[in-house]
Amino acid sequence: MNDIVKRSAADIVRDVSAKRISARDVTEAVLARVDEVDDRLGCYLTRLHDRARQQAQHVDERVAAGERLPLAGVPLAVKDNMCLAGTRTTAASKILENWIAPYTATAVQRMLDAGAIPIGKSNLDEFAMGSSCENSALGVTRNPYDLKRVPGGSSGGSAAAVAAFEAAIGLGSDTGGSIREPGAFCNVVGFKPTYGRVSRYGLIAFASSLDQIGPLTRTVEDAALAYDAMAGHDPMDSTSIDRPVEPAASSLRDDLKGLRIGIVKEFETAKLGPEIDALYKRAYEELAGLGAELVEVALPTADYGLATYYLIAPAECSSNLARFDGVRYGLRVDGADVGQMYEQTRAAGFGAEVKRRILIGTYALSSGYYDAYYVKAQKARTMFAQDFRKAFERCDLIAAPAASSPAFEFDSKSDPYSMYMMDYYTIPMSLAGLPALSVPCGYAGTPALPMGLQLAAPLFEEAKLLGAAHAYERATAHAAKGTVAV
Amino acid sequence: MASDKIDVRYVAKLARIALTQDEVERFGKQLGDLLEHVNVLSELETSAVPATAQVVESTNVERSDEAGPCLDRETVLSMAPQRQGAFFRVPKIIAEP
Amino acid sequence: MTVKTQYEAVIGIECHVELKTRSKMFCACANEFGGEPNTKVCPVCLALPGSLPVANAEAIRHMIRAGLAFGASIPAFSKFDRKNYFYPDMPKDYQISQYDMPLTLGGTVRYWLEDGTLKECKLTRIHLEEDTGKSMHGGGGDGRIAGSSFSLIDFNRAGVPLMECVSEPDLRSAQEAVGYLESLKRTFVQLGVSDVKMEEGSLRCDANVSIRPAGSSELGTKTEIKNMNSFRSVLRAIESEIERQTAIMESGGRIVQETRGWDEGQGETHSMRSKEEAHDYRYFPDPDLVPIEIGAALIEELRKTIPVLPPQRFAKYREYGMDAKQATQLVDNSALADYYDASVAAGANAQASMNFVLGDLSRLANETGIAASESVVTPAALAELVTLVEGKTINSKIAKELLERMWAGEGSPKAIVEKEGLTQTSDTGEIEKLIDDILAANEKAATDYKAGKTNILGFLTGAVMKASRGKANPALVNELLRKKLE
Ligand SMILES: [Zn+2]
Repeated sequence: MNDIVKRSAADIVRDVSAKRISARDVTEAVLARVDEVDDRLGCYLTRLHDRARQQAQHVDERVAAGERLPLAGVPLAVKDNMCLAGTRTTAASKILENWIAPYTATAVQRMLDAGAIPIGKSNLDEFAMGSSCENSALGVTRNPYDLKRVPGGSSGGSAAAVAAFEAAIGLGSDTGGSIREPGAFCNVVGFKPTYGRVSRYGLIAFASSLDQIGPLTRTVEDAALAYDAMAGHDPMDSTSIDRPVEPAASSLRDDLKGLRIGIVKEFETAKLGPEIDALYKRAYEELAGLGAELVEVALPTADYGLATYYLIAPAECSSNLARFDGVRYGLRVDGADVGQMYEQTRAAGFGAEVKRRILIGTYALSSGYYDAYYVKAQKARTMFAQDFRKAFERCDLIAAPAASSPAFEFDSKSDPYSMYMMDYYTIPMSLAGLPALSVPCGYAGTPALPMGLQLAAPLFEEAKLLGAAHAYERATAHAAKGTVAV
Repeated sequence: MASDKIDVRYVAKLARIALTQDEVERFGKQLGDLLEHVNVLSELETSAVPATAQVVESTNVERSDEAGPCLDRETVLSMAPQRQGAFFRVPKIIAEP
Repeated sequence: MTVKTQYEAVIGIECHVELKTRSKMFCACANEFGGEPNTKVCPVCLALPGSLPVANAEAIRHMIRAGLAFGASIPAFSKFDRKNYFYPDMPKDYQISQYDMPLTLGGTVRYWLEDGTLKECKLTRIHLEEDTGKSMHGGGGDGRIAGSSFSLIDFNRAGVPLMECVSEPDLRSAQEAVGYLESLKRTFVQLGVSDVKMEEGSLRCDANVSIRPAGSSELGTKTEIKNMNSFRSVLRAIESEIERQTAIMESGGRIVQETRGWDEGQGETHSMRSKEEAHDYRYFPDPDLVPIEIGAALIEELRKTIPVLPPQRFAKYREYGMDAKQATQLVDNSALADYYDASVAAGANAQASMNFVLGDLSRLANETGIAASESVVTPAALAELVTLVEGKTINSKIAKELLERMWAGEGSPKAIVEKEGLTQTSDTGEIEKLIDDILAANEKAATDYKAGKTNILGFLTGAVMKASRGKANPALVNELLRKKLE
């Protein structure tokens, strides 16, 4: 393996900007790495060799012309639920298997404008619905730390690509934990900004009021760089927030002095078993060791998160996915009339998990159940926001597990609800729209597999969140103690 | 909170997804189980709580009324599962909307 | 003896009116009628994966102005909801509409019938939504859905802003329904919120029709009438439906609640009962859009832009003494009506000015192809002319000539009158002298008159007027002549 591929995005930017290496060199090294390992790992659904080389040349020209590009030459994995004009964009679904996007998502465009090189479109759970990537209809992605295990999901392809040095930055989308959980499983940083910070335009919707794009990276600094490039108002997204973005890359810090970090009483880790309990307790101590004051905070609604989420997200998805009807694009399975065509197309085009969520969401919105389910969940959602507001009166950040276990083996979660439980610790932050990330915090199980610590901040406090995560990462260097299997 | 058994066939009809008999049974059971989990929400006292549709509050996001470029027609129609000339073609429509 | 029951109709109208804007409701595609199929489409209005709507500010302003024009209340808070159902010309398979919080509530539409009777119909609400694309049905069925074997879709119209006006069931006859629609149309055109071209489909309406024994306050079973493509077909369709329902009631039958289509060729409505479709629209707030708050300042700003509206004008013109036809004619020529109103505001007698405006001025406009409002004759100049006539400074014959000279650009009527001494003469001595001259030259005439041929008076008056070069006060001439002759 060419060592270039192991460099952080920040290092690549420094070197490319100083013309010590070219974007082309970086790109060729990473493409070679992809060709070497991706048949085994399956991170990418589509590899973009030509596109990557074109962009590398373009970046080299811009650098030669004296431009400062904040992501000059950084190899990028784009989750395949984000549009990139002229490339196949599938959402890992048969219904979009051959769809070529005619436009580019705002977040992707901003990354490209900043000099990033698109290496490929990465795998995901179909329409980002899942926590293991097993729901992809188009390919299997393996965890680079143990090929028998899942990379997590739904942004499993991007997480695995970054972990396996097939990209320095992976774009993911997080609806209930889809960046943070695969981040934890793959020993990388997974960062979900505040809802509305990064434009959703061009992100194939799962649940509109929850979806948020964010980066997966090997360092917190790289996450900050990606965030700085992507965040900010987009007139094409009505829910994108029109408010200045505090640069995160310049707010990184080395200690946690003066910070109060809340430990959620209801997130008692003893129930996760002694080993994981000890791991998280140690992680909290590491935070304290860096100068943070640990305080206990309450999240009385914690146990209602899954119920709330599994009404709101499916309800929105049932409507968002109606457009896949075989009329204008994507798969069509013919029928005697247009109604049959719809039903056959959607039966053949969607996988079981997508169907389940569409059905439950349709039910939750249907006449007679709307108030009992959907409105009730929206009210519960208000309570999550209130609880967090109250908690943040006592602390600056919240620390919690990113997942309740390390990566599990394929096909080991047979019933849907046990899979849904994987998001127990990440869903509350999603419901409240908070910025949250997972950062490697050690290893558990046999074989020893990576675990992630989740940190969350009040709305819009991304800079503080990344700053603290950086201090933790610098001091503990947990990720560096692991080795990928490829 | 409603405790009715979910009528999977009716819901699938609304959602326009053809289900096999096997799926009707499997999904029926799985969705029933999920609804049971979801029913814990009835424990929450929410009568005085407003509903949240958007967690980050914002209002009046509008665009000014200016026309911009459209997609090229060939690009548009090249996506069509079936086209006829400049139109998208679909099988016969049974009913008015 | 049996008394035949008299029935009265109860009619409510729902109509969809396309708003006049430059761009569509939620994207920047041009809002224009016609054009090559599928050329006015973009990722948003084609519902491509990942695209998002952003509301058109002008459409919202149009809605508020329409509401204010009818005295509707404009709630401080409004939002968009999704109406979920599948239809091939509706790209997202949901329509962005407004469910429980429309932009305008209540209000009253004043309208008039052909005989000039003023009426009122209350509005339930007006809400904002988006139009669908257009389907053409082929392979048999003569362009109708029934009997066709496939459909072709053009999405140019998809996403055009549409307001839905829902009336209360206040209308009692087909004539009233048409009067109501005409008043809506006139008002929207006057406001500039829509062109209301029924032939281009920019106004489409459905009618809910029921009948009940006259005097009863209960509502009968209603049917919904569709496919009415002109005001004339609205009139015929409702009349035919009332007849049909009356016949059923008179024969002891029962009205079935159903949708019925108007068949223009056959001149009757027919049941559109098709395969029973489950209609459960699963409305919920669109999570891709944010709510609309409307402050008092915006309402006041928009209120100032509301012109005098057709029903107010019509009522005023009737008070001025115009007959219903004249008043309608003037109301429907809003530039001329503005001109007329301005002349009245400048001090012209309303009745006298009307005679000029509908008479000589309109004739001149026709002859020269220049609208009165575009001519050099200002409303103030017309008022001056009218005042000269009314004050008996000039007589109507001179006034007619003067108007032509004013039209030709000779300037102020007063100036011409003064310069050329055209002032009407009411000097008895002067006129008597002229009369004496004429009688001397026409001795036979005087004799005839005395013999009872009183119609000779007109001839003599004309002769005197001619001798005065048109300046003599004709009434005075007449009076003095009579005296001399008797
Ligand atoms: Zn468009």
